[in-house]
Amino acid sequence: MSEKQEYVPSVIKAEEMNPKFKYEISKMHGAEKLMLCFQCGTCTADCPISRFSDLYRPRKIARMVQLGLKDRLLSDDALWLCSTCFTCVDHCPQNVEIAGIVRVLRNLTIKERGVMPLVFKELASNILKAGYVYEIPESRHKKRTEQGLPQLPKPNLEDVAKIFEVTGSSKILENVKTFEKVKS
Amino acid sequence: MPEPKYLLFLGCVIPYRLSSYEISARKILGKLGVELVEMPEFNCCGFPMDPINHYLMLTLAARNLCLAEKQNLNILTLCNGCFSILNETNKMLKEDKKLREKVNGYLKEIGMEFKGTIGVKHLVHVLSEDVGFEKVKDAVKKPLTNLRVAQHSGCHIVRPAKYVDHGDDPENPTMLKNLIRLTGAECLDYMDETECCGNPIIGVNEEVPFQMAKEKLDHVRAVKAQALITVCPFCHMMYDLNQPRIERAFNEKFGIPVLHYPQLLGLAMGFTPEELALNELRVKPSELLSRTQQEDS
Repeated sequence: MSEKQEYVPSVIKAEEMNPKFKYEISKMHGAEKLMLCFQCGTCTADCPISRFSDLYRPRKIARMVQLGLKDRLLSDDALWLCSTCFTCVDHCPQNVEIAGIVRVLRNLTIKERGVMPLVFKELASNILKAGYVYEIPESRHKKRTEQGLPQLPKPNLEDVAKIFEVTGSSKILENVKTFEKVKS
Repeated sequence: MPEPKYLLFLGCVIPYRLSSYEISARKILGKLGVELVEMPEFNCCGFPMDPINHYLMLTLAARNLCLAEKQNLNILTLCNGCFSILNETNKMLKEDKKLREKVNGYLKEIGMEFKGTIGVKHLVHVLSEDVGFEKVKDAVKKPLTNLRVAQHSGCHIVRPAKYVDHGDDPENPTMLKNLIRLTGAECLDYMDETECCGNPIIGVNEEVPFQMAKEKLDHVRAVKAQALITVCPFCHMMYDLNQPRIERAFNEKFGIPVLHYPQLLGLAMGFTPEELALNELRVKPSELLSRTQQEDS
């Protein structure tokens, strides 16, 4: 991912701005209040990730969406640094769900750019294979019996696969490219 | 009042690597008269799929809710992440007709329909609200008066606040603190108690979560807490399983045992460390156990 972070122009050119982007995002579940953000910066000030990262700034993300800087946003690795603690959501004086906006941008990055962190792809393929995000090894099942724990129920993999299919997730995952880690 | 009865939603992380949490939770709930029904055919709550596709997460979560509706039982979770996703999805689908119709469209393909007839609670809510402080207090046979501990409730049990209505303050959560005090142990305040553990991003970046966890352990050590108490497998992994790695990364020695709350309560109720699977913790609580045993003599 390093090539993406090498050069970020500091000046925003008019042609980079997509005026329709904010309306597109505002229609998505969880990002409806995007336009209420008046850039007070409470989200960034209270964000536990921003304290330790030079790159993740929720206020900046909200402003970039309002300005329609779609290409910059969807190629910004920092999107993957939100830990979904929801402090920003609870502290926002305008009730903007910043974490929801970040999630919408993650979904859009995967759908439109076809890239995502490897870990999520692995978790998804585990769910398809096992119903859980991990494939629980036979030794674990045996140990449960030894520990007097009830056997884990058999997952319904047909249902799970169907859910991936009808929500369009199987198709998204089919050709997606992955990257491993992001800088902070 | 009839004994509380719940459908136990185990999630993925607990059966995969933290059976100590499940073992101890089953022990204490059994003794406190909470009946647990095993949940058939459940799948991942949906939480880790939200970054990929919001509707995948919602539908996976809704399928679990439908399974509970079929049995007409409320769900009990041990994991903050599972609680958050199932509770939030349940509330959103109940309140938002358009969203419910969309998700029900997907569920129709597997012959299910979300109706909105059940509720979702975390272990902490069941202990505080259904079992009640009096009954928990009565069950304490060996008060842990020699212990001074700190708590980390975690984020998803209190946030986003608009979906959680159990009366706890996200800025200063006290529900777990009060439950800890019932064991006889002192629950210490420390700096930045509500700070996130950072675990959800560890798969994409280790530096930030490690710094966050290191700072948490610093603050817990500063008040001389003898253990950190958690109620979420993700937070637990961050502070227990990863503690040796954090120690190496920052050239520090913490040695702070991290107990699942039911292990602490279980000790106070008179269960043995073996019964509560305390030997499964990465940071061995030997000093803590010798303190509790001093109370025996």
